[in-house]
Amino acid sequence: MDHTRPAVRRVRGSRGSTAEQLAGYSFISPFFILFAIFGLFPILFTFWVSLHDWSLLGDRSWTGLANYTELVGDERFWTALVNTLGIFVLATVPQLLMALALAQLLNRRLRGLTFWRMGVLLPNITSVAAVGIIFTLLFARDFGLVNWLLGFVGVENIDWQAHRWSSWLAISVMVDWRWTGYNALIFLAALQAVPKDLYEAASIDGASQFRQFWSVTIPMLRPTIIFVTLISTIGGIQLFTEPLLFNSGTNAISGGNTHQFQTLTMYLYEKAFVGQEFGYASTIAWVMVLVIALVAGINALMLRRIRTAV
Amino acid sequence: MTTHIEPAAPPVAPPTRVPPVTTRRTARRPRRWVPSPRVVILLFVTVLSAFPLYFMLVMASRPNDDITSVPPPLTPGSELMTNVQRVLENEDVMFQQAVINSLLVSLVATVCVVLFSAMAGFAFAKLRFIGRQPLLAFVLATMMVPVQLGLIPLYMLMSKIHLAGTLPAVTLPFLVTGFGIFMVRQYVIQAVPDELLDAAKMDGASIPRTFLFVVLPLLRPILAVLALLTFMERWNDFLWPFLVLDLEHPTVQVALSRLAGGYYTDQALVMAGTLLGVVPLLIVFILFGRQIVGGIMEGGLKQ
Repeated sequence: MDHTRPAVRRVRGSRGSTAEQLAGYSFISPFFILFAIFGLFPILFTFWVSLHDWSLLGDRSWTGLANYTELVGDERFWTALVNTLGIFVLATVPQLLMALALAQLLNRRLRGLTFWRMGVLLPNITSVAAVGIIFTLLFARDFGLVNWLLGFVGVENIDWQAHRWSSWLAISVMVDWRWTGYNALIFLAALQAVPKDLYEAASIDGASQFRQFWSVTIPMLRPTIIFVTLISTIGGIQLFTEPLLFNSGTNAISGGNTHQFQTLTMYLYEKAFVGQEFGYASTIAWVMVLVIALVAGINALMLRRIRTAV
Repeated sequence: MTTHIEPAAPPVAPPTRVPPVTTRRTARRPRRWVPSPRVVILLFVTVLSAFPLYFMLVMASRPNDDITSVPPPLTPGSELMTNVQRVLENEDVMFQQAVINSLLVSLVATVCVVLFSAMAGFAFAKLRFIGRQPLLAFVLATMMVPVQLGLIPLYMLMSKIHLAGTLPAVTLPFLVTGFGIFMVRQYVIQAVPDELLDAAKMDGASIPRTFLFVVLPLLRPILAVLALLTFMERWNDFLWPFLVLDLEHPTVQVALSRLAGGYYTDQALVMAGTLLGVVPLLIVFILFGRQIVGGIMEGGLKQ
């Protein structure tokens, strides 16, 4: 008995010497202290602020849930919510499908492996601000490259910012350009972890390439698909920079004349730092947390069907 | 049996990178290279990836009049240096100061994230203390919390301690990340054997000493990757700096948005500035692309 104890000690035991415990806590303390101050406190305090009429200068009065009831009747909020969700779906669905396809292409013996992988990651190292600026020029109405190319197939110059659908599309293109390759690499890592003999067994059973992809690859990738979808949701609901820079001029935060591409984060920003209504803006922030949780929950439910569908 | 510690020779090969298979070179080669459909598609994707950046270079090297011409110019012009100089000399945008600021903020955050992640990652992997598992679960959960949405209280906090507008305001909130801790922890489990720590203990080394002289050298590969990813993330950060920084303390991204959104319709100037903002990361990417790709793939696999 005594001989076996030291070998398992470090793995299973939860109690070290006092010195070890002390070292443990002090080594992890920077994270917990800094996160408590700059991460946890702000997000929790947001809820407290949202229960007040709270101005930029700090004057405040308790209003309870009044901000929330006002938000429910706020047309601008609903517009921003629809915009955010619309752009999110328009961007994320094709993005994840393309990323999966790209990962499949990269998951073979390939000359210049690193080159191709760096190639697909290149957009991701470009800053969001740069992406917004470059694509806004590409989508310019009178002289943009996109409209020029569309001219060859007979499409009249599109005023991309002017309509809801076109602005959503342009912003989705920006998001997808920056993130498709990144997600492809994450999928690629997961693909490489799928045991080869699963495919061998499937092909012995006479499963076609497509059938193998659907019945082996997709179920094996499920955790990764859930992870990538979750990360895309958290990022997508907070979309800010691309639509902000897409709208040039002094009132960029408004997201177009009729707010056709103003996202929730933009509306939050406008309320807080243009309108100076901290309480109301905090309400938006807190509702966004709920929206993220809700969308993530719906995603998880939908993705749960992957396994049962097979 | 006394064991001496040799930190220079890791007993377990660092598992992040598998050396490329070189035996293929001696294998038979097709005589004429015919691109497969797969390579053609990948080539197309790569061109699509690179094109907007190429387009930026084209526009940054043209006089402003060319930018509104139809068809759009697709080859670089000769005005690159002139445009770059105009960006650097523009007093409203303070681009040179912005580069220095971005470097400062990104470097400080990177050093702290790497150090704190190494400490906590090691503790979570090897030290036994009460509550280790729940605390680790908490760290993981922080990765899923949209902390960005706490920006209003964060702004109030920064105002209160008189840091709003200044560089510490965009540095302090980003000195630790759950992602970094998790990444290091996974690596420590694979790369730092218990025997080594026991040996150090028997030689009378304290835990901080063991961490500093035995563990830290072994973690070099993963810390390098973490440093690269953190630096890039900090350099590219936009929303919070845009919100909290004042006119005197821009970072590069904030300066870019000012350049693009303000009173300027000078697109050549805007594109030259954007180019300047992208180039430092492009250099990092070209030098360390393999490590960055590896880090992202590792990070994704861990979930």
